[in-house]
Amino acid sequence: MTAETANARRKRALDAMASMPASMLHELYNENTAGAPGAIAVRGPEIGAIMLRGRIGGGGAPFNLGEASVTRATVRLDSGELGHSIVLGRDADKARMIAHLDALRQLPDWVGRVEKSIVEPALEHAREEAKLQAEETEATRVDFFTMVRGED
Amino acid sequence: MYVAVKGGEAAIANAHRLLADRRRGDRDVPALTLAQITGQLALAVDRVMAEGSLYDPDLAAMAVRQSRGDMIEAIFLLRAYRTTLARFGNSRPIDTAKMRIERRVSATYKDIPGGQLLGPTFDYTHRLIDPAMAGDEPVDEPLRRAREDERRAPRVTDILNDEGLIERDVLSDEEPGDLTRDPTAFPADRDVRLQALARGDEGFLLSLGYSTQRGYGRTHPFVGEIRIGLVDVEIDVPELGFAVSLGSVRVTECQMVSQFTGGGEEGAKFTRGYGLVFGQSERKAMAMSLVDRALRAHEFDEQRLAPAQDEEFVLAHCDNVQATGFVEHLKLPHYVDFQAELDLLRTLNTAKAKNDEMREAAE
Repeated sequence: MTAETANARRKRALDAMASMPASMLHELYNENTAGAPGAIAVRGPEIGAIMLRGRIGGGGAPFNLGEASVTRATVRLDSGELGHSIVLGRDADKARMIAHLDALRQLPDWVGRVEKSIVEPALEHAREEAKLQAEETEATRVDFFTMVRGED
Repeated sequence: MYVAVKGGEAAIANAHRLLADRRRGDRDVPALTLAQITGQLALAVDRVMAEGSLYDPDLAAMAVRQSRGDMIEAIFLLRAYRTTLARFGNSRPIDTAKMRIERRVSATYKDIPGGQLLGPTFDYTHRLIDPAMAGDEPVDEPLRRAREDERRAPRVTDILNDEGLIERDVLSDEEPGDLTRDPTAFPADRDVRLQALARGDEGFLLSLGYSTQRGYGRTHPFVGEIRIGLVDVEIDVPELGFAVSLGSVRVTECQMVSQFTGGGEEGAKFTRGYGLVFGQSERKAMAMSLVDRALRAHEFDEQRLAPAQDEEFVLAHCDNVQATGFVEHLKLPHYVDFQAELDLLRTLNTAKAKNDEMREAAE
């Protein structure tokens, strides 16, 4: 695996885990990380903010829309792997668990398990949510029709 | 001589205790939960996040509860909290073209790719109070309809601009100004104006937007598009060497299409005003886009005659936390100020009485 695809896989996992509801992450984390190498905190979890940016007109120059609360964490396994996370909101546990899973993903023994038991369910959940929301919205689509009046 | 007066400590403590009691109200009624506020007063939460300028639904819900539903007080609380947070960085600009759409309408084109999607709107309701709101009747699940394809809904201003009749966005990655870090200097650039408007008071911007429609400023606007939905937020993480998604936020975007700018080399075209707001808040996004357009008067050689076109007036007064601070400080003790003015008045009147006496004596 090239460094590029490795980064792409890592990003896919981090993105998926960030989108997961905290309760679901808690459950899957507890079910799947028993016996996993522990991690020590290197930084955080710490709560802070990011400035959220938009673009003028939607596609122009950036402007500062407003801030959002975030939590970030960095952990290290005994074997030296570093795991990082940064997620919206103020859930220190969520940030810590994701950082731990990000570190575990770097172990050959663990990457498959994290992917299969946590990343895939997270992606599936996100797809389901998006589908539900899209279909509920779709039901409110306006179907225009034309009234024909007169002879021709 | 200046005499400092102390006192009122016990009164203040007791007043706050009384406030806590009144906030809680009848103890036989269950207290509001945050889930109830974020779930059932969602648009109040959205407004507090937008004008508090911090996206965090739970905190906004706490602020709404703490302020007993006083929105500006809640916004103030969120702003105060915001100042305690370290800034970890800036997000990549959100891409509203990739929004997971919950509502999307255009008043300018009927048949837009992606369609007109009404979503959870108050429009077309009769604005009659529903007796069901007094109880807890079961509510139907929403209907679902399969999507024909996974097509996205591109921004109207991007897709229907083949003829070049609408002003185009000029993509750039210039570093924007930040009014939370640097004092605002006038004239302000459009990026800073939009930041101020995005956190500005909805009522103030609504009235200013309305004023432009009534002739105080030059606009003849159409809603090119309003869209509400979820967008991913990404940030570059130096430790990783790439950008990751932090999750998604709900925003409302309004593209207001406004009357022409004249000939020149590019020919006549529609101009645009832009609104982007946290949460589901289309009145605010529309008002923001009207005021954004009005504030661009100089770009189109329009005369600046109306309040909505005066950026110093708009930017200096649209922030309700600043406004409430200065207005409400008037109720704090001004005993010494006022005493000084009373003394001045008495002196003036004594001098006048003396003058009058002398004049009478002279006559």
